[in-house]
Amino acid sequence: MEKTVNNKAWFMVLPVLLLVAFTAVIPLMTVVNYAFQDSFGNNQFFWVGIEWFQELLASERFHDALVRNLIFSFSILAIEIPLGIGIALCMPKKGWGVPVCLVLMALPLLVPWNVVGTIWQVFGRADIGLLGYFLNLIGINYNYTQDPIAAWATVIVMDVWHWTSLVVLLCYAGLVSIPEAYYQAARIDGASRWAVFRYIQLPKMHSVLLIAVLLRFMDSFMIYTEPFVVTGGGPGNSTTFLSIDLVKMAIGQFDLGPAAAMSLVYFLIILLFSWVFYTVMNNAGAEKKHYAGEE
Amino acid sequence: MARIDLDHIRHSYLPNPKSPSDYALKEVNLTFEDGGAYALLGSSGCGKTTLLNIISGLLTPSEGELLFDGKPVTELSTEARNIAQVFQFPVVYDTMSVYDNLAFPLRNRGVPAAEVDQKVNEILRIIDLESKAKRKAQGLTADEKQKISLGRGLVRSDTNAILFDEPLTVIDPHMKWVLRSQLKHLHKQFGFTMVYVTHDQTEALTFADKVVVMYGGEVVQIGTPDELFRKPQHTFVGYFIGSPGMNVLPCEVDGTTARIGEHSVPLACGLDPMKTAQKTEVGIRPEFVKLGEAGEGLPLKVNAVEDIGRYRILRGEMNGAALNAIVGEGESIPESPTALFDPAQTNLYADSWLVSEGA
Repeated sequence: MEKTVNNKAWFMVLPVLLLVAFTAVIPLMTVVNYAFQDSFGNNQFFWVGIEWFQELLASERFHDALVRNLIFSFSILAIEIPLGIGIALCMPKKGWGVPVCLVLMALPLLVPWNVVGTIWQVFGRADIGLLGYFLNLIGINYNYTQDPIAAWATVIVMDVWHWTSLVVLLCYAGLVSIPEAYYQAARIDGASRWAVFRYIQLPKMHSVLLIAVLLRFMDSFMIYTEPFVVTGGGPGNSTTFLSIDLVKMAIGQFDLGPAAAMSLVYFLIILLFSWVFYTVMNNAGAEKKHYAGEE
Repeated sequence: MARIDLDHIRHSYLPNPKSPSDYALKEVNLTFEDGGAYALLGSSGCGKTTLLNIISGLLTPSEGELLFDGKPVTELSTEARNIAQVFQFPVVYDTMSVYDNLAFPLRNRGVPAAEVDQKVNEILRIIDLESKAKRKAQGLTADEKQKISLGRGLVRSDTNAILFDEPLTVIDPHMKWVLRSQLKHLHKQFGFTMVYVTHDQTEALTFADKVVVMYGGEVVQIGTPDELFRKPQHTFVGYFIGSPGMNVLPCEVDGTTARIGEHSVPLACGLDPMKTAQKTEVGIRPEFVKLGEAGEGLPLKVNAVEDIGRYRILRGEMNGAALNAIVGEGESIPESPTALFDPAQTNLYADSWLVSEGA
């Protein structure tokens, strides 16, 4: 069949193009614009070329925040993904336990970010917080406002508390889609519990795990609200992640140029990592793509 | 390989079954001889799959005992029973290669690598997948996957029986024939006891030496395809087997004569006067209904004639009950036909069960 070329079609997609332009393209271009200029307020701008980028990439402050953020993201992935799979495997597949578990799992996801931060900020306080009080009572010197390790532990545990359920729900959805016959066949073949997990459950969870890893990486790499509420980036700069640093620079110091340059680099890093994750995990199940839609 | 006995097996999916209708399997006493090819035939929900899962150990029966070669295995786990089962939908381990799929049951049982390799290569040759041994199982077609499922059963030398749970449901029609004849061939070659669950009578009759027909959680007849055709023990068997199924007409019985409305039909046997039956019916296969001119036989109202090539099916009515007749190619249908019943092929049913004793 001959493909019809009709330029009127462009008018049909015009509303969407306009919408995308206003919500994404124009703001992004504004940022690009700022990234190459210096401003002294009063709407005066001076072309500085790639100076902000050079400065940023050489800056220790940026390196530290980036490393902190990478450590944070990989730590929570290393905890949340196995933990999420584990909890999903333990959840009941039928009966009254299913809705109970699902509601319990969904609860943390329904709490707004700043509320999560506030909950943990209070929870961890040594004077009035349940967690902080009891930790100190049993002899652990826990104070997230002074001790960087305590601050890190609080931020990580808080993220695990907040987001593991997302991984659980995604994995659970993958698990319940496995037909009973697979488990029956595995029993007939004499498969061990580990073999069932390795050859039946894990492959069936592959695509949802890809989504879980991507979502959790992007979200944790952009984390702002919770550590901002709990630690404010401190003590010192120990929990100052990229986004917190960026906001300090853009709003606190009103350095629009450097902040714009940082935003772009930040954006490219997320894009790069997401692409790497996607490619690696998709290659792990590469043959699936070629024969998709067969079953 | 083993002989399988089911002794007073009953099963209910409810925790406290009370009435007979609570049972998915009412009571089954059945023997599958060693090396036999059996088909379990019945409509959906008649308990076929339940029975199969009891044999394989995926279900523990509520009551009764299961014996392999005379040894009770009711309490044994699925692995310990050495059963192979092929499911309705092909079950393969997607991430493994075809070779590893076949090796999986052996490796799980700790068979030495050299023996695994020899067995797997043998089975690959038999199921004709040698060229795809290295491929991942994920991308294969449904019939190839189903062959792998079967291969995982064949590869074990200790398999007691191979159970098939409607294995050809998702296979393309032209591949069904190929696979079915391969199964037949494998059965001859290996001599495994095979139990094949299906609701497709063609599949059952072509595959099995003996067909077990189930209805409402009970076994209603066990027999060769010929027995099921000529002497259905239950009206369900008559109705279920044959295309179209047996005609079942309500009647009253007087000695060795059945009366349908005002007309009489001679029977080969009669009803035992000592037994009382709630309802009596005559059953006759459409193949044995002959058409006669007016006055010769029982009056018949013709509703439709379907020409299906080799013969025609006359769909009619007699005394308010549906009656089908098969009319051969050369035969003509009279203007106002009547039906003639062959007494030797006319069966009498009391409360749906065949009456065989003479009066």
